Amino acid sequence: MNIHKIANHLNTLADDSETGMTFDCQPISGEVDVLQITILGREELPLFVSVTDDQILCITYLWGEDEVKPECISSMQVSMLEMNIPMPLSSFSKIGDKYVVFGALSISSTFDDIEHELTVLNNNALEVIDDMSEYLL
Amino acid sequence: MSIFKKIMTAIRGGASEVGESIIDSNATRIFEQEIRDVENHLTKAKRDLTGVMAEQMAANREVDRLKREIIEHEGYVAQALDKGDETLALAVAEKIAALESELAAQQQAFESFQGSANRLKDLVKKSERQVAEHKRQLSMVKTTESVQKATSAITDNFSSSNSKLLSAKDSLERIKAKQQKFDDRMKAAEVLEAENGDGALEAQLKAAGIGAQNASANSVLDRLKAKQNKA
Repeated sequence: MNIHKIANHLNTLADDSETGMTFDCQPISGEVDVLQITILGREELPLFVSVTDDQILCITYLWGEDEVKPECISSMQVSMLEMNIPMPLSSFSKIGDKYVVFGALSISSTFDDIEHELTVLNNNALEVIDDMSEYLL
Repeated sequence: MSIFKKIMTAIRGGASEVGESIIDSNATRIFEQEIRDVENHLTKAKRDLTGVMAEQMAANREVDRLKREIIEHEGYVAQALDKGDETLALAVAEKIAALESELAAQQQAFESFQGSANRLKDLVKKSERQVAEHKRQLSMVKTTESVQKATSAITDNFSSSNSKLLSAKDSLERIKAKQQKFDDRMKAAEVLEAENGDGALEAQLKAAGIGAQNASANSVLDRLKAKQNKA
């Protein structure tokens, strides 16, 4: 599995996706290949996919440290830890100064698995922002 | 220090700065080489183990053979004594003594092979666990590295395309607004459909008996009769 195969698959899906979402894929060049995926109508929350030796990582950026009300940081982090298990397929993490949700898939996942993962991740991200906005400035 | 701790320290220490690699690629290469070395040892140990186990089986067969032969010769001694042939009995007893010392040697060899086989089996298991553990650690290092490089690629992409990163709340508002717009459009389309189509006004006119009326059987018959009369 590599990002180009994933991009080809998602782009050819067009209106025939199992999940009712329309995907747009844009490879980003760099030291490692990253695929930027946007979902029609939700362009503000792109998903980023990279493939390593043994897993496929799908990441969505939530918000930066600077968007969190300073007095709320600790309770927000506890909420994230508590929600990590109930939240389907995705987990919270932090990359640099940004909080993220991500999902890791086995390198041998099917295209359907990946499409499902991306849709769930995107839905999770939207819901997380909505439900945790009380912690945000 | 464990790999986990190393990665944690490196991230905490601000090595997550864009473009800076957490664990230098040289260290990763050395680690990969170490894993390959352990795997090579493992292959060799498994080959040795097969050899030792073959020797062990051979020694075991030899032990069995000697035991059978001793019992056989003990029978001969009894028969010779029955016949009163002391000299023959002594000769056979000497043979038995030789067989017994050979048996002791074979028994010792067997036990020594068994010991080696057990040691090699333990070694193989230990090495297998070690390879699995090293591979897990390497995967952690590589994933950390990959996420860093991916992050730097994403950040570069955003800054080069001048696209402004929205705050989470703004993004959510815009997505919700789009969804609302979509829903509104759907609703508007439904309303329009109801108003236009075979909709409101026409229905009202019809109810008032104005405009086109539904074709009824009577009106059709009337029309056909009129046609016939003309002809």
